[in-house]
Amino acid sequence: MSTTPTRKGGSSDTGYQEVQASEEFAELRSRFRKFVFPVTALFLAWYFLYVILAAYARDFMSTKVFGNINVGLILGLLQFVSTFAITTVYARWADKQFDPTAEKLREHWERGEL
Amino acid sequence: MKSFAIVAAEKIGNPTLNIVIFVVFVAITLGIVIWAARNNRSAADYYAGGRAFTGRQNGIAISGDYLSAASFLGIAGAIATSGYDGFMYSIGFLVAWLVALLLVAELLRNTGKFTMADVLSFRLRQGPVRTAAAISTLVVSLFYLLAQMAGAGGLVNLLLGIEGTTGQNLTIGVVGILMIVYVLVGGMKGTTWVQIIKAVLLIIGAGLMTFWVLGKAGLNLSSLLGDAAGAAPQKGAVLNPGLRYGLTDLGKIDFISLALALVLGTAGLPHVLMRFYTVPSSKEARKSVVWAIWVIGIFYLFTLVLGYGAMWLVGPKRILAAPGKANSAAPLLAYELGGTLLLGLIAAVAFATILAVVAGLTITASASFAHDVYSSVIKKGQVAPDDEVRVARITAVVIGIVAIFGGIWAKDQNIAFLVALAFAVAASANLPTILYSLFWKRFNTRGALWSIYGGLISSVGLIAFSPVVSGGKVTAGKAASLITDPSVDFHWFGLENPGIVSIPLAFFLGWLGTVTSKEVSDSAKFAEMEVRSLTGAGAEKAVSH
Repeated sequence: MSTTPTRKGGSSDTGYQEVQASEEFAELRSRFRKFVFPVTALFLAWYFLYVILAAYARDFMSTKVFGNINVGLILGLLQFVSTFAITTVYARWADKQFDPTAEKLREHWERGEL
Repeated sequence: MKSFAIVAAEKIGNPTLNIVIFVVFVAITLGIVIWAARNNRSAADYYAGGRAFTGRQNGIAISGDYLSAASFLGIAGAIATSGYDGFMYSIGFLVAWLVALLLVAELLRNTGKFTMADVLSFRLRQGPVRTAAAISTLVVSLFYLLAQMAGAGGLVNLLLGIEGTTGQNLTIGVVGILMIVYVLVGGMKGTTWVQIIKAVLLIIGAGLMTFWVLGKAGLNLSSLLGDAAGAAPQKGAVLNPGLRYGLTDLGKIDFISLALALVLGTAGLPHVLMRFYTVPSSKEARKSVVWAIWVIGIFYLFTLVLGYGAMWLVGPKRILAAPGKANSAAPLLAYELGGTLLLGLIAAVAFATILAVVAGLTITASASFAHDVYSSVIKKGQVAPDDEVRVARITAVVIGIVAIFGGIWAKDQNIAFLVALAFAVAASANLPTILYSLFWKRFNTRGALWSIYGGLISSVGLIAFSPVVSGGKVTAGKAASLITDPSVDFHWFGLENPGIVSIPLAFFLGWLGTVTSKEVSDSAKFAEMEVRSLTGAGAEKAVSH
């Protein structure tokens, strides 16, 4: 069994700085950040919009839409829908757009070549 | 008062049947724990289950770890007694997972080894940062643990028909001893299997009750809500926000503070973070969170129906008069629907819930002490892995004993505040440093220490001087605080949840500490952390037996 990270070459140089300086890595990092930061801002804004409406717009939230179902319940359930949707979209994006490049860079690093 | 006395004395279910179901459950899980632990050899086996769980298994185990008694009994009870406001808890608890999914889980899995402190101290000065991270891990885990133990006492008493202080203390002791045995024998592998079994039982049990209630309401959510509102003293108001929070301006701010702590707390809970190390890769860590979000989300949708179902079929008055108060809503609903047998099954599920969560907390706290404090700080890394695991086992026993006595002490306290405190401390002391160290190159040791200690001290301190501890609303000569004597009142902070102050403060201190320090961040270590976190190059691999 082996739990220590392996990389050929074995010199004191770890190779991480080479990877970090590569164009491919810079592109991967920026693609990652361009996805996760805006999406995080979006779902936090949407969540706090809901929270603030629940705290300060009682009457609006209590408006009946049909039967006993009011706006508050619908908006609350939409928080579930958006969470499930973001999860699915992110998982798909990561599988297709992120993993292949990340794996390629890791293999390069493990073989000690770039 | 007469009807109150009758309701309070009401015996529900058949204690003998419940005890039989409990014993069967304990016997089965213990067998599985022993089976799972047969290959436990290394430190990675003990702390991280050999990193050999699949994303799906870990995702279900995370759900089992996360859906504590506060989620199952607490949220269903909050909806049953105060309606819509209870539902808002579950939204915060669920949306919080997106922070873990997008920003934390995968990067943490690639960077760390066993604990949260592995990531926080990765490129900073090991000794002080590890110590700070370990202290905050222990504080968060112990508060969470106390809440679960205190809840266990009340719940199990209700279900087993045990009365009196001795009986209650005995129950807490039994829960504590079982938890120690699971952790000692099974390590992370055994604990994970207990959490998986518990999550499956919980989803089946809650799902069964949900469809039962919906069936009774003619599969019509609107008419269920109407019937529930009809059974509540506040009538239609239970369908609208504001019953519990927000009669005052301060109440509204308190609600926003709670919402902030909930959404940012999850990704800073050490026992949740540690679960990401049990899978072989960051891709599996991602799959874990995807599974967890679906399972947890569906479960919270069930609790919405269960809560209003309990309001309708049991009624808020009977729930509040029962021994466990709001926490007994789900068990009472089970009894109402399926009689003694369903109650016994739901009781076993609730018991499983508590055992699985306390075992997860114990292993996290003991790993943090052994790996971060003993091995890295006291012994400066000069320690054999076997020795470290031995220390972790001893720590687990000590924590178990502390939890038993703490649980006995806290058994009459309001458990919700302990959980909210754990979330607020996690969001203040842990999350800012996790995010800064993963994403901000310049971040340094002083920034980490100011943020962790600042977040920890401000969140715990503000709670100590809030109405939660003293000077709460007085009813019938008793204050609704930790200190029930209304003559003792040293509170000056008006909010019950400190998040709105302590979380921004911890982010600010992390920035301020960093920019005022002359320490230059280690660019080689930062390169390693950045490349490793995103690509998995050099990340810990699974143990192959």
